Amino acid sequence: MACIEAHGLRKAYGDTIALDSVDLNVDEGRILGIIGPNGAGKSTALHAILGLTPYQGELKVLGRDPWSQRDALMRDVSFIADVAVMPRGMRVSQAIEYVAGVHPRFDRAKAEGFLAKTNIKHTSKVRELSKGMVTQLHLALVMAIDAKLLVLDEPTLGLDILYRKQFYDSLLNDYFDRSRTIVVTTHQVDEIQDVLTDVMFIDQGRIVMECGMEEFESRYVELMVRPENLAAARAFRPMHERQLFGRSILLFDKADRDELVALGELRTPGIADLFVAVMGNHGADQ
Amino acid sequence: MTETPVDRPEVASQLSSPTRPMYWSIRREIRENRSIYAAPVVCACITLFGFLISAITLPHRMRAAMADPGKLHSVVAMPYDTTAGLILVTAFLVGVFYCLDALYGERRDRSILFWKSLPVSDRTTVLAKAAVPLVVLPLFSYALILVTQLIILIISTIVLLGSPSQLAALYQNLKFVQLSVALFYAIIAIALWHAPVYCWLLLVSGWAKRATFLWAVMPFLAIGVFTKIAFNSMSFLAFLGHRIGGWFNKAFLVPQKGAPHLDPLMAVTPGTFFSTPSLWLGLIFAALCLAATIRMRRYREPI
Repeated sequence: MACIEAHGLRKAYGDTIALDSVDLNVDEGRILGIIGPNGAGKSTALHAILGLTPYQGELKVLGRDPWSQRDALMRDVSFIADVAVMPRGMRVSQAIEYVAGVHPRFDRAKAEGFLAKTNIKHTSKVRELSKGMVTQLHLALVMAIDAKLLVLDEPTLGLDILYRKQFYDSLLNDYFDRSRTIVVTTHQVDEIQDVLTDVMFIDQGRIVMECGMEEFESRYVELMVRPENLAAARAFRPMHERQLFGRSILLFDKADRDELVALGELRTPGIADLFVAVMGNHGADQ
Repeated sequence: MTETPVDRPEVASQLSSPTRPMYWSIRREIRENRSIYAAPVVCACITLFGFLISAITLPHRMRAAMADPGKLHSVVAMPYDTTAGLILVTAFLVGVFYCLDALYGERRDRSILFWKSLPVSDRTTVLAKAAVPLVVLPLFSYALILVTQLIILIISTIVLLGSPSQLAALYQNLKFVQLSVALFYAIIAIALWHAPVYCWLLLVSGWAKRATFLWAVMPFLAIGVFTKIAFNSMSFLAFLGHRIGGWFNKAFLVPQKGAPHLDPLMAVTPGTFFSTPSLWLGLIFAALCLAATIRMRRYREPI
């Protein structure tokens, strides 16, 4: 069943077009990463999905219209829209109490269990916690909600690598169960490469690339070419070429691996490398 | 959309744990804004401290006023009236500043994104915020005033124990129960009368991107000053004064100068108060402001 369905989704702020007729289909049980430069329309897309902003076009989330049926939708959807939006004056125990008081699908014992694994004290106020701890607290609250869709907008921005790693580890191990759907945007692209089932690049309000991670691994290949083979490799029409330690690295889309392997070393590219390649080509088209 | 059937019964019971969004929304407002109770309590403590000092001279002042019933009454009633007045004014100011920040603060510190991630509707949120100055603050002020006045009464009784005639004069002039009932009526009247003020402030708080106080106050001051200069008319400024303090003349019979003091319950005039058109016009204005505020919060993002 489709968790998110969008047809011709459009949103403009004055003359600025944030989303330009986006078609989107996210099935249940996927972990979709939305990657794009700043101002590409990622947050606008997520805000539309969460019913935080009105839009034009057709959009259904879990079968509901997020703008007109937001109150009902929020029982099945949870989100972390930004780092550090937890109310700063609240104590940890009060935050748990409050969510338990308003959310019918919040499992208090579960949240307490997640928090027990951290150094967060119940009596601390949010403003006394470090940024990483606030994120841990927010994630503990969100993971204790039995939601069908979880939306994460730059959830680990400004956190150190230990917290970031831990964040995605607990998300995969303690939360994701293949019936839930997760949509995440981030700039730390390569860190979530193994987490995702699908990836989507978005630029200037349009989707410029989307594919499943299995397809990603079979379709794209990077060749670290031996210098003497450079001309031969270029004949296979790489989509992007870059230099690393004096050697050329060529990125191919749907190339014949058997022929390429004779010219150098093959490997699966990182999402970030593909992103740079796609964005570079996309920018050159204009 | 059809709900997927739940096969495990223990999960089914979790799925529908009872929630009380309105109760918890109001509770979090009180937790986040401690001035709601702290400021009136501080105010009550100050009046109590002041009364303690004046209690030293209470027997002396009562002896001097024994011959004049009017003067005696004012000596007896003064601390009770002052306490009530001071706490009510404090509650009004707390309510004003609470409302100005209620929907502005959550956008400024971005916590609106947290509140909106939970299944609490904009209507519940805005009504909970409106309930703070319209229900929570009045009820809390009332309870606080009663307790403070009771303490004052106990201290007065102890101080006057040595003089039975003065003690009798105290209880003759002070109808504590009637005073409490009249005060409760006054609390309701003030809340209804000030409802448009609070709701207007909530609207501005939900709308303005900065300087909420200026946006809330300047339009009215500008109109007032303009009408004064252009037409030499004080009517708009008088209207503003009426909106703040006009409840007293409508809700109570104001005694003529020199007239004997009325029993508190003889002075209430609910008939006049509830048939005042400006009360009802104000309430309609308040309802419109609230409706607009609820609608606006749907569109609001962090600033």
